[in-house]
Amino acid sequence: MVELPKDQLLWIYERMRLIREFEDRAAYLFAAGKLPGALHLYAGEEAIAVGVCALLTERDHITSTHRGHGHCIAKGLEIRAMMAELYGKASGACKGKGGSMHIADVDRGMLGANGIVGAGGPLACGAGLTAKVNGTDQATACFFGDGAAEQGTMHESMNLASIWKLPVVFVCENNGFAQTTPLRYHCAASRIVDRARGYCMPGLEVDGTDVFAVYAAAADAIARARRGDGPTLLECKAYRYYGHFEGDNLSYYAEDERAGLRGHDPLDRFANRVVRQKLLTRAELAGIDTRAKEMVAEAVEFAERSPYPAPDEVATDVYVSY
Amino acid sequence: MSARVLTYREAIKEAIRLEMRRDPTVIVIGEDIAGGAATHLEQQGEDAWGGELGVTKGLVQEFGRSRVLDTPISEAAYIGAAAGAAATGLRPIAELMFVDFFGVCMDQIFNQAGKLRYMFGGKAKVPLVIRTVYGAGARGAAHHSAALYSVFVHMPGLKVVAPSTPANAKGLLMAAIRDDDPVLFFEHLMLFDSSGPVPEGEYVVPLGKAEIPRRGKDATVVAIGRMRWFALQAAEQLAENGIDVEVLDPLTLSPLDEGTILESVKKTHRLIVVDEDNPRCSVAGDIVALVAQKALYYLDAAPQMVTAPHAPVPFSPVLEDAYIPDPAGIVAAIRATLA
Repeated sequence: MVELPKDQLLWIYERMRLIREFEDRAAYLFAAGKLPGALHLYAGEEAIAVGVCALLTERDHITSTHRGHGHCIAKGLEIRAMMAELYGKASGACKGKGGSMHIADVDRGMLGANGIVGAGGPLACGAGLTAKVNGTDQATACFFGDGAAEQGTMHESMNLASIWKLPVVFVCENNGFAQTTPLRYHCAASRIVDRARGYCMPGLEVDGTDVFAVYAAAADAIARARRGDGPTLLECKAYRYYGHFEGDNLSYYAEDERAGLRGHDPLDRFANRVVRQKLLTRAELAGIDTRAKEMVAEAVEFAERSPYPAPDEVATDVYVSY
Repeated sequence: MSARVLTYREAIKEAIRLEMRRDPTVIVIGEDIAGGAATHLEQQGEDAWGGELGVTKGLVQEFGRSRVLDTPISEAAYIGAAAGAAATGLRPIAELMFVDFFGVCMDQIFNQAGKLRYMFGGKAKVPLVIRTVYGAGARGAAHHSAALYSVFVHMPGLKVVAPSTPANAKGLLMAAIRDDDPVLFFEHLMLFDSSGPVPEGEYVVPLGKAEIPRRGKDATVVAIGRMRWFALQAAEQLAENGIDVEVLDPLTLSPLDEGTILESVKKTHRLIVVDEDNPRCSVAGDIVALVAQKALYYLDAAPQMVTAPHAPVPFSPVLEDAYIPDPAGIVAAIRATLA
């Protein structure tokens, strides 16, 4: 059983709560017609991003997915800039050019949410290659879904990372659905983690709703990466609270799958455990809850009062020089 | 600056070698680019293969396997890894063995390498060079011969370069490696053994500047890559009849040196574009459109395009020869503008 210092426990809960609050608020704003475009929300999977990123520093890298808000918050991006990006404002993390599916902050090691399923695998290999060539101990976490596991890029990337012994941790977030198609229809195997053997890397199945379990598995994998021993595959199972995208009515969820959502809330599980073990108090957690609400409310206010980009920004930032 | 005669292949290798010496963040990755790993040759510190066309042969001895990386046949993974490495601080030169293979890694080229900077609001740069071989003439058939650069010219975020001589191949590649944007570097298969004077040492030919290998006053022939040589042959033939042709080689297709093309057309009043790529949505069509928009009233005749047909590259020598634009076809097109 992993034991964490109090400040780390507080950080983990704060990040998970911020993600939940951010996503719940984004869902509300989207329904209210305030956010353009499409939204893919991370609520329910918080323990994965936070459990992994708790072990990373700003110098380490992550690649993300279309469902990227959680990874961004776990990696320490400013939620004001994230929220402004959802609004398409000039003060957004990407100056309004990326939107929900492309939030990034390279300076903080966040190589972007990604609109292409499975595209992060090769990019993660590249970040790992940079660390290897430069002789640093930086690690890269590659988040991808069970849907992406079926993309050739992920198979190619796991093989490449293994033969080059790249410091990459492949974190499969298995929420049971490739968009709306359940795993049993889109995957020949019942366990994605079994593929690790084929690529000669360690693989571990993890309860992705238990942040302590994710942290423990990621700690070994990241240490292995930093030692130069190569990649690891983690399959973290969790539940997606919202649909594939906002507006999705979840009609494809069977009743037993809905039932699965209950009792697996990563925040509740964390809170119950730390209170039971007297590591944190309910009051401390409630303080974080309040603070998270305030931060997200402030981010919304910031986003709403920020200006849109000037129309003549449409063709800037395409090249460094042209 | 002194020059000696090198082949196109040697000139490209020299550019890579010099840049790798100058900048430790420059690495090369691709299929078989060292080759022969774990063989008797490696124990002797040699490479067996050195790339499909031998361009990278000898680099592994000087720079080691940490900077000269053989890849599996996984273009999506290693081209994407090159993009990721570029975004995190290296300057990778990735080799895509034939441009026809772009179909298996295009997402990593145009959606990732080409768009990261824009999607991230200008807060990333991707200093990546993708060297690739293109061009018909070696009976390589439909999967090893196409030109296809127009596909990449279409895509914002990418730069596209098509060198035609050993000297400009060296100079443009040195510029491409130093450039902070992703550059597709198109090397013509039939030019690898061509030779010419190449300046020694540092020699940078800036991207986005056309060359005019032959000055003339009667017609402007814009010719890309190997077509430059065919255009020069056509110009020689016509010179015997007193027709004075200007040959302009854009060298960089994106960004395009519009100014030099327009200036030439305004002088000669006639435009012929010679392009080995397929004609629809092509660089040839783009240049004709450019002139139509910005210099229409300078033209004394309808512009001509001499291109491959709207067909894949065939195998049979008879068919392939019919596919590739040739000097006779260029002569006919020039004459059509003078009729």
